[in-house]
Amino acid sequence: MAAPVNSQSSGNQTYGELVNRLLLPTWLVIGCLLLIPVLLMTVYSFLTKEFRGGIEWNFTLAAYEQFFITRGLFGDEPPQIEWTYITIFWRSVWQAALATLLCLVIGFPTAWFIATRPARIRPVWLFLITIPYWVNLLIRTVSLRFILRDNGPLNEAMMALGVISDPLPILNTDLAVQIGLFYSYLPFMVLPIYAAVERFDFALSEAAADLYANRWQTLTQVVIPVVRPGIVAGCILVFIPALGAFLAPDLLGGAKNFMVGSLIDEQFRGSQGNWPFGAAVSVILMTLVLIALLVQARNASRGQA
Amino acid sequence: MKGVRHYPGFLAATIACLLILYVPLMVIAVYSFNGSTSITKWSGFSLRWYADVFTGPEAERFGLATWNSLSIAIIAATVSTMIATAAALAMIRGGSFRGRQATYALINLPLMVPEIVVAVATLIFFTTIGLTTGYMTILLAHVTFCIPFAYLPIAARLTGIEPTYEQAARDLYATRGQAFRLVLLPLLGPGLVSGWLLAFIISLDDFIITNFVKGAGMETLPTAIFGSVKQGIKPNIMAISTLMLGVSILFVSLSYLVNRRGRTAA
Repeated sequence: MAAPVNSQSSGNQTYGELVNRLLLPTWLVIGCLLLIPVLLMTVYSFLTKEFRGGIEWNFTLAAYEQFFITRGLFGDEPPQIEWTYITIFWRSVWQAALATLLCLVIGFPTAWFIATRPARIRPVWLFLITIPYWVNLLIRTVSLRFILRDNGPLNEAMMALGVISDPLPILNTDLAVQIGLFYSYLPFMVLPIYAAVERFDFALSEAAADLYANRWQTLTQVVIPVVRPGIVAGCILVFIPALGAFLAPDLLGGAKNFMVGSLIDEQFRGSQGNWPFGAAVSVILMTLVLIALLVQARNASRGQA
Repeated sequence: MKGVRHYPGFLAATIACLLILYVPLMVIAVYSFNGSTSITKWSGFSLRWYADVFTGPEAERFGLATWNSLSIAIIAATVSTMIATAAALAMIRGGSFRGRQATYALINLPLMVPEIVVAVATLIFFTTIGLTTGYMTILLAHVTFCIPFAYLPIAARLTGIEPTYEQAARDLYATRGQAFRLVLLPLLGPGLVSGWLLAFIISLDDFIITNFVKGAGMETLPTAIFGSVKQGIKPNIMAISTLMLGVSILFVSLSYLVNRRGRTAA
């Protein structure tokens, strides 16, 4: 019986000798066009800004100082904490967290419902959830901007129904941004939770029911602990892109409801830009995301144990 | 015991979820057929805004942007599918080798880094090496972030194909090249098509990264639409959006069908 086992293991190594050559294009492309650029961006965040949006190769902490510390309008006052950018980050984290929570509230029951359909119909339901994900995010955001306008379909419908007498100003508020983030990333929440619920062994629920647990107890004490890795994965998949979102705050939020994405974008527009500062904000955003991913990785390994 | 699977209100949540996802798309599709010049008042069914897209004052600008978008998406999808196929062969048929974990992380890197950060990093890189931003820089950036999307269905498909088929071919004196071309490639087909289609849509849809690396005067369809929307949503934008919506849905459906047929055939 040694022979088949042997050929089995060599079968998974058909391309063993070619590994380096097969992976060379991947390393070259992603390495040169993403890994090195990200490192270079980190270097940039320590450079000096030049007037007219350029840079000088002099190392300085100025960009990070600008982010955290203010010395008054003329730079001659004692250093104080600069709240402008921290507030923008705080608003982004808060908005992204709220969108994650809302997606979870709608996404979990949806994922559960789909996963408990007969196996033949499940792919159709899943397909319905995935289609909007593949539709251009710009177009989806534009359609929300159209709907939420003062004289848009939403306000017209509510006025026709007599719910309100004057149009509600929704566009260009934090609420509009929140609706946009929630709407943009909702499919990301459903898919991983679905994958977890589909693998869930319903005998566990039945056992809980036999032991006189009611539905709610079964859900919170049996089901949720088991499918938790799926829930955490869904939350990460919504939270990360929502944190760095650009389109929703830009098209729905207007000038007053800045998020990190718009702050970064602004640093690279025209001669008013500040590239080292934009790079520094990007590095800070990337660090936050990295922390979120590490939390998720720890959670996933605990789920397997 | 259907009881333990049923929770009251979960059906309602699912319907709410689908409504939330689809109503905005339907609204924009319906209003694109509005005959009125104002986007607010409904004045009967008309195809005039679709005609406007192809013959109106902005037709040339949108035509050029469409050409850029389509050609970039086709090239980026093709190149990234080839790179992803090579990577999948090494990762799944390459046994264990040094740097496997690191390579896996690298393939997924474009999905891990927030889009806006990828955009900033790419722009800084191109500026530093002195590459003028334009068609070429968009294309290079697109190839990079399309790789993981092409990789996923190809790797999934390859994992499902037993290595015994290639082994049988090799035992019958096929060269490795022949075993790949005549045995593995046809089996891998649905995964390749599916990966290519997904990469194509991802490239066609990208706005944030393209907007950073496109340079002045260069437009793709999303950046052209964004530019117009900034001045207010005009009906021709809704027509163009509806057309793009149709293309995306068509391609995803194709990818889904190819994948499903492949699965039942294998």
